[in-house]
Amino acid sequence: MDGIPSDRDLSAIGLLQDPVRRALYGHVVASGGEVSRNQAAEAAGVARSLAAFHLDKLVEAGLLEATFRRLGDRRGPGAGRPAKLYRRAAGQVAATLPPRTYEAAAHLLAETVEEAGADLELQAAARRAGARTGRQIAAEASAGPDPAPAVEQVLAARGYEPYRDGDALRLRNCPFANLSAEFPVLVCAMNLCLIEGLLDGLGQDPGRAVMDPAPDRCCVAVFSKDNQD
Amino acid sequence: MAAQHLAQVNIATLRAPLNGPELAGFVAELEPVNALADASPGFVWRLQTEDGDATAIRPFDDDRIMVNLSVWESFETLRAFVYSTRHLEVMRHRRAWFSRMADPYLALWWVPAGTTPTVAEAKRRLELLAGHGPGPEAFTFRAPFPRPVTR
Repeated sequence: MDGIPSDRDLSAIGLLQDPVRRALYGHVVASGGEVSRNQAAEAAGVARSLAAFHLDKLVEAGLLEATFRRLGDRRGPGAGRPAKLYRRAAGQVAATLPPRTYEAAAHLLAETVEEAGADLELQAAARRAGARTGRQIAAEASAGPDPAPAVEQVLAARGYEPYRDGDALRLRNCPFANLSAEFPVLVCAMNLCLIEGLLDGLGQDPGRAVMDPAPDRCCVAVFSKDNQD
Repeated sequence: MAAQHLAQVNIATLRAPLNGPELAGFVAELEPVNALADASPGFVWRLQTEDGDATAIRPFDDDRIMVNLSVWESFETLRAFVYSTRHLEVMRHRRAWFSRMADPYLALWWVPAGTTPTVAEAKRRLELLAGHGPGPEAFTFRAPFPRPVTR
């Protein structure tokens, strides 16, 4: 929960200043699952022992979790040692200075909206907000030399961690996780409308975003209607 | 197998007649969502008339209020169905079809496996929730109580 940053959170964030650690952490997270020391080392372009050292520091800091698992089918004596696999730790690490407790306020506001039954008003507000953001991004792009960013990039910048799944763009991370766990109907609908608005503001078809929930991922998927983007 | 299963009731007040144009979207989802429930992991039972759903049942004086009553093997399996499937998409439209209810509209409670709750029992659990807030006899998704250990 946000508030005065804890020593643990501050040192975890501080650990990521090191570019090798940042790269290793980023690789584990981007995999969406578990990676071995060797895979992470290769991806970050560092020696295995150095990767192991940093990965274990990240585990100690609470940013990653490690488990041992036998890769492959061999069992029994001579089957080889189980591999140490790393994945993103559950929970969140956060620090805001001055201390900000937006999460507490968000829960209160969500509870009030839920009790008032103001779903539709919230959805409309989210669409407008998403559209404003989308138009802003498109306007900034057209003022510069680079083309407008792809939807995948825009969603990545917003912390959704998009990944391709057939002709769908799925989102690994829910940026509102704690809130959507408490108020799933309200917050997931809000999120869908935010993304619909974003698409609209970017000049894309908002209908590309659909509610497609599953455990352990964001409820929204973005489909490419004609294989663009 | 666990000795206790999870019963759930939810009630909703229709904004317009069920067979009218305003509720067409909801009516279209009844069959697919009920079929999805039946096929979902942990599903045990749901209240239905011979039409295949519970929309004909009006347990209150206010006959705009409909009821949904079901039993699941666990809190997790019910939660997964309600919030991690197509059902969530249907719930997103709740305000278009149902008015806001002042009192608790959803209650969860543990029942011995193999028993099916009655509508009267479900109403009692909603009243418990309204009167006492969440407790082991009637609780919510946001304030769950664990399955009682039975010998």
